[in-house]
Amino acid sequence: MASATDFRTCPNTGLKVDLTAERLIKANAVAAIVFLAIGGLFGILVAFTRWPAVHLLPADWFYLALTAHGLDVLLVWIIFFEIALMYFASAVLLGSRLAAPKFAWAGFALMLVGALITNVVVLQGDSSVMFTSYVPMRAAPSFYLGLILFAVGALIGCFVFFGTLVVAKSEQTYQGSIPLVTFGAMTAAIIAVFTIVSGAIILIPTWLWSYGLIANIDPIVYKLVWWGMGHSSQQINVSAHVAVWYAIAALVFGAKPLSEKVSRMAFLMYILFLQLASAHHMLVEPGLSSEWKIFNTSYAMYLAVVGSMVHGMTVPGSIEAAQRKNGFDKGLFEWLRKAPWGNPAFSGMFLSLVMFGFIGGISGVVMGVEQINLIMHNTLYVPGHFHGTVVAGTTLAFMAMTYVLVPLIFRRELILKSWARAQPYVFGIGVAGNSLFMMGAGTLGVSRRHWDITFADAPLPFDYPGAAFLMMGLNGVSAILALLGGLMFVIVIVGSVLAGRKLAPDEKVSLGEVAGTGQAVAGYGSSESIRIPGTAVLVAIFFIAFVLYYFVNWKYLSEIWPMS
Amino acid sequence: MALTPPSERIWWKEPIAKIELTWIAIAFSWGLIMFFMMIYWHGAGEQNLSNEAYRIKPEVFAERAQAMIDEYTVREEEGFPVVHPPPGSDVYLIARLWMWWPILELEKDQSYRLHLSSMDWQHGFSLQPVNINIQVHPGYDLVMTIKPDQAGEFGIICNEYCGLGHHQMVSKMYVVE
Repeated sequence: MASATDFRTCPNTGLKVDLTAERLIKANAVAAIVFLAIGGLFGILVAFTRWPAVHLLPADWFYLALTAHGLDVLLVWIIFFEIALMYFASAVLLGSRLAAPKFAWAGFALMLVGALITNVVVLQGDSSVMFTSYVPMRAAPSFYLGLILFAVGALIGCFVFFGTLVVAKSEQTYQGSIPLVTFGAMTAAIIAVFTIVSGAIILIPTWLWSYGLIANIDPIVYKLVWWGMGHSSQQINVSAHVAVWYAIAALVFGAKPLSEKVSRMAFLMYILFLQLASAHHMLVEPGLSSEWKIFNTSYAMYLAVVGSMVHGMTVPGSIEAAQRKNGFDKGLFEWLRKAPWGNPAFSGMFLSLVMFGFIGGISGVVMGVEQINLIMHNTLYVPGHFHGTVVAGTTLAFMAMTYVLVPLIFRRELILKSWARAQPYVFGIGVAGNSLFMMGAGTLGVSRRHWDITFADAPLPFDYPGAAFLMMGLNGVSAILALLGGLMFVIVIVGSVLAGRKLAPDEKVSLGEVAGTGQAVAGYGSSESIRIPGTAVLVAIFFIAFVLYYFVNWKYLSEIWPMS
Repeated sequence: MALTPPSERIWWKEPIAKIELTWIAIAFSWGLIMFFMMIYWHGAGEQNLSNEAYRIKPEVFAERAQAMIDEYTVREEEGFPVVHPPPGSDVYLIARLWMWWPILELEKDQSYRLHLSSMDWQHGFSLQPVNINIQVHPGYDLVMTIKPDQAGEFGIICNEYCGLGHHQMVSKMYVVE
């Protein structure tokens, strides 16, 4: 079989690239971006409806659009892109052939068919059950079937990835241990298997229940297991986008991890503890003990949070160390000031890093405190938080990575380079606004998944404070920016892939300050002393913000009615 | 580089830089502080969600609520009974498509055992502007002790999506001096 595989040689890295793997990466990335565009358009409809002055959609269409938005961006866009990343991190980075390409295509087809079925069913209108589809609310059977097919396809993709690791090892396509980025992708794949199995355990019975073949599904058990999929799938994203941060730092700066051991241990913390996050959705539910809630919601004493905090230092730290080696050694921040801010791969990656930490990360930990969840559960604070993690964090990182994949894998030059330069900022600022204003509205008590916060046709209406309406308006304005950023991304990428100048087979790609793959950093690292004072200052600012915000929310909690 | 196998083959024996070790120690300690903070609040804090819950059939819950309504209704408002149960008693709030039933009137600084359950789908109890948010499930009776410390008129909003009438599922709670 190996003899039947065709390779080309990458002019930048000298790596052998399996052409089948390359085609699969392209197919998955293209599908991902198509669903990002569809899901993003549903998102703008949602944001415009929640903007009280606009209130775009009627109620039934609003709940339909919200269901489709969640499914298409939170699940379909991200998982398709992750499959592309996994094939890139295994076959391409290890210079290996892809294991079982026919299975990989079958997995791709299943995912595509599943995603289409679910979209069609949702558009038919009687499955507006939200992404979470909490029982006993019932969707049409094919809603669950589509999700199951999609998950099976993704599972096949994970096994193709593991198979490729085995093939590369046994055919000795690389020396020593797998690269850190591949290790990160492996972390994502391991969590993905756990995630998809959880999904199967709950969605298959729910599918049968939707036909009436199973009489009853306990709503608490459903939530617990469903979030074993729903939240863990977001941990796939975290692992994958952290791997992307490392990859872009390496491609643009030639950065080398400060310490392989520390970065890998941090990924290991994800594998060991992130699955406990189902508890984040169970903190104000009946029937679970506080002991269970505290242990699980904190990922066993916050060990997975420690993992993210470690990456939060080692990623910028590795960039700082590389930049100082490359000559930007003055003061605390010359390395950062003179970073290639016009390179969308770098700016997207760095904005993703900062916003994931400051917005998504801190808010997630605070909201996941057993008691503080009482003042946030199911308010708009929740979507505020996860737009900080999944959009500002994961989506922006994946967009940044796409700017790298277009020349390296699609072998096309980017068109509209000035649009590409501006895109991460437009999208990033818009999404940061979405996150922060939704969190603000949530702090004021505004409910998520709600068509009309004026309660115009409710028999016993209630008035939210005026500031809440201001927040929703600002959220709408931010959504316009995010929409523009999203459109710019889709136009630049689709345009480049279809009409960008084709690169010659031996043409090198310049990815940043350091041409090629940055051979400038020959060797620094744990064996010599590392100087990263700028990163230390950034990390200190982050930590102070984290501690302050954490205790401010305990203060808010202490002001509500006593309850026990 | 992160894209290539580690340059040191025996990477796991490389020493870790001091700045990384320091940050790991800080992050780990902060994790412990946050972990024990939750436990501490169970002893020292006044806002903890009860762990008391029972499986219950919706019709049994409805009967108990009706018994309370029959005994303690003081007036009607928009067709909803307003119930003023005695302090310390068991009070019931039914969530169903798409209303909360009945309207409760409580006394300030008095404790009540509040029971929450749903007759049909999942709902969200969101007391505003106090901002207390609790999930309400069918088949489960969640019992908590609450002690309103402000008087006034409060809103109860459903904040778990429950179908097309979700946004009409709003009610009131009164707290009187």
